[in-house]
Amino acid sequence: MPLVLNEEQNMLRDSAKDFCTNSAPIAQFRQLRDDKIEAGFDQQTWQQMIELGWTGITVPEEFGGLGFGFLGLGVVLEECGRTLTASPLLSTAIGAAAIADGGSGEQKSALLPKVAEGELLLALAVEESAHHNPYGAATRAEKAGSTYQVTGKKTFVIDGNVADKLIVVARTSGNAGDRDGLTLLLVDRQSAGVTVTKTIMTDSRNAANISFDGANGELLGAEGNGADLLDRTLDVARILLSAEMLGGTQECFERTVEYLKVREQFGSPIGSFQGLQHRASVMFCEVEMSKSVVLEALSALDDPDDIAELASLAKTRLNDTFNLVSAESIQMHGGIGMTDEYDIGFFMKRSRVCEAAFGNSSFHRDRYATIQGY
Amino acid sequence: MNLDTFRAETREWLEANCPQSMRNNPFHFEDAHEVYSTDDAIVWRDRMAAKGWTAPTWPKAYGGGGMDYDTHRVFQEEMAAIKALPGATGMGLAMIGPTLMEYGTEEQRQRHIPKIITGEVTWCQGYSEPGSGSDLASLQTKAVLKDGKFVLNGQKIWTSGAQHADWMFALVRTDPNAAKHDGISFVLLDMHQSGVTIKPIPLISGSSPFCETFFDDAVALEEDLVSELNKGWSVGKRLLQYERSAAPSRAKKKGKPANPYALTAKEYIGEIDGKIADSEAREKIVKQTMLEKSMQLTVKRVFEESKSGKAPGATTSIFKLVGSTISKESSALQSELRGTAGAGWEGDSFTEKELDACRGWLRDRAVTIYGGTNEVQMNIISKRVLGLPDK
Ligand SMILES: Cc1cc2nc3c(=O)[nH]c(=O)nc-3n(C[C@H](O)[C@H](O)[C@H](O)COP(=O)(O)OP(=O)(O)OC[C@H]3O[C@@H](n4cnc5c(N)ncnc54)[C@H](O)[C@@H]3O)c2cc1C
Repeated sequence: MPLVLNEEQNMLRDSAKDFCTNSAPIAQFRQLRDDKIEAGFDQQTWQQMIELGWTGITVPEEFGGLGFGFLGLGVVLEECGRTLTASPLLSTAIGAAAIADGGSGEQKSALLPKVAEGELLLALAVEESAHHNPYGAATRAEKAGSTYQVTGKKTFVIDGNVADKLIVVARTSGNAGDRDGLTLLLVDRQSAGVTVTKTIMTDSRNAANISFDGANGELLGAEGNGADLLDRTLDVARILLSAEMLGGTQECFERTVEYLKVREQFGSPIGSFQGLQHRASVMFCEVEMSKSVVLEALSALDDPDDIAELASLAKTRLNDTFNLVSAESIQMHGGIGMTDEYDIGFFMKRSRVCEAAFGNSSFHRDRYATIQGY
Repeated sequence: MNLDTFRAETREWLEANCPQSMRNNPFHFEDAHEVYSTDDAIVWRDRMAAKGWTAPTWPKAYGGGGMDYDTHRVFQEEMAAIKALPGATGMGLAMIGPTLMEYGTEEQRQRHIPKIITGEVTWCQGYSEPGSGSDLASLQTKAVLKDGKFVLNGQKIWTSGAQHADWMFALVRTDPNAAKHDGISFVLLDMHQSGVTIKPIPLISGSSPFCETFFDDAVALEEDLVSELNKGWSVGKRLLQYERSAAPSRAKKKGKPANPYALTAKEYIGEIDGKIADSEAREKIVKQTMLEKSMQLTVKRVFEESKSGKAPGATTSIFKLVGSTISKESSALQSELRGTAGAGWEGDSFTEKELDACRGWLRDRAVTIYGGTNEVQMNIISKRVLGLPDK
């Protein structure tokens, strides 16, 4: 798989860049936050994204999508990351991947075209504790005729407050921590027995705590054998989120390098000080390697490749790099970097939440070593 | 010839002609002289040179292999398949050859390049001086042109392989009054002359791969001036690019069957339920492995970009800095994971691998120093790539 974008993907990138900078700039995100908009995103901007076809990028053509693949969606998310554009695009794409990989023919034909048309928002409900724990579900699903009754509590469900359908990781047998016995279920957010509480996170993006009290669930994939589908879905999530983080990292870095050129102290631009120059060049190396890793991981998603190692590599690298760059950015901006009025702090807040989502670096280093057999 | 025929013929020829001792025998470049002094090595070099395969992509007119991109790839694959060592190595092939191809006159190429290809002549690099390392352009070795000859006086230092070299390419000051970058010339000189004295320098690793080189009225011929008088700086810098791109980077090796650090750790530290027992060691291994993989993917990305016609971008500027850091840390880790066994200096109490690990750790401190130190690489990135200002 070549590590370069084709013409189609380059066009997608250009149009995404154009759209994000002009129609969804950071100023819009700031406004959403200040106005405490309940939905957490701008409806009109979302409609425009749908019209641009973004909701259908990864949906196969036979289900009404564009079939451009994950590399295509990755470049769009990268641009959204640059402008911190809030939308349910990522969570819905993750959900759609789960349906495409694990759904029955019927489920795919019923749901994927709606995703492509922007009529169906999805969210993955996996976590039950403060740290990522894929097999940690204690939430129970009891078979009741042709459906299941779901009971339990989920936390940090990204876009869980706006999704139409939730993909819930529940347990049909075994205990929290077991890989066996996991079952994925589709639950309507607005159905009986579902209570959603939006959580206000530091990055001002959507997340929710959700409790299920005998809510109706529809089986997605095989009962008791959901871990394989979950692993693949989480790897999609990790790689796509890494693409968004790559955008944020680059934007934050470029803004900081610009600032180093214009801010003067001791009669010189601060960027002439070697103590700052060398730290900037270390960041440059990290950013360049991040680009390569994200590109490779996105390509691997489009090939039916083994993606687990690359997903952990990408998420670790982007966790660490986004964290490094956003923290250094504030330091190098000095006092102004600490002010709410200045945008640079938004990147550090976003970095903090992204880092915790779908596994922090220690989770993924452990996983990587385990996959490699040590 | 089509590629399949070429592949088949190459395979057969390599199988018949590559001595067993020149296969599957990875070595450190500092040991190149020793490895290439054996009878087998000389037979191998001569057979390869006769086909131009010591310099497979260089023009046939000078004795090279004249291979195009695709042919060369097949050739490399077949060499790799039997883990054959290259027919020859050294600064002639890696540095001065490509530089002469670019800057030399036709006469210079004809005189020097064929002997690089056959391995008759080996080269060393006379750049650094006691007072001029990172600030190379401040160099002081003087060369005065008289009767068709440059007369050289001064001192070079850290001259790798000077004790085995036949010729040197050197940067010398030919105009002491000009600005520091403008008074430098690039010359070639014969090492076997009375005006040249060398003195080996022992290193912390115990080996002594480089020397001090003294010039007392040493002579370089006028026809061995490369490019114009006082224009040597740009030639010298170009050559450094060849040197930096050849800097060892373990990240380039692909398809490792098992993680080499994990193998060491399991042997010397042990495991609990399949995991390395020391969690900090395990974490260091993952970090190093992930960094190597990231760099490997970056090399791949740059390669793909250049193939698709994109000009080599800023990304290549990280290769020396990251590549050398990876190599240094890799060697350090292989020593550290062996505990006290990785700190053995000599004697039968230690295996050869253990001694190598210790020497390697010491030796590879150098990779972030030579060819432009890491700090200098960071200066280059800051200024040339990020456009950060000077004071
Ligand atoms: C194994 C080995 C082989 C070598 N082989 C050769 C050879 O064959 N031919 C040859 O000509 N030379 C050779 N060299 C020399 C090598 O190129 C120099 O050692 C190198 O350029 C550094 O110069 P220096 O040793 O004088 O260190 P210095 O330049 O004195 O550097 C000392 C420290 O100061 C730092 N420093 C210097 N300037 C700056 C700056 N502007 N900003 C920030 N930090 C700075 C350096 O990064 C370093 O950490 C070799 C060196 C080694 C270790």
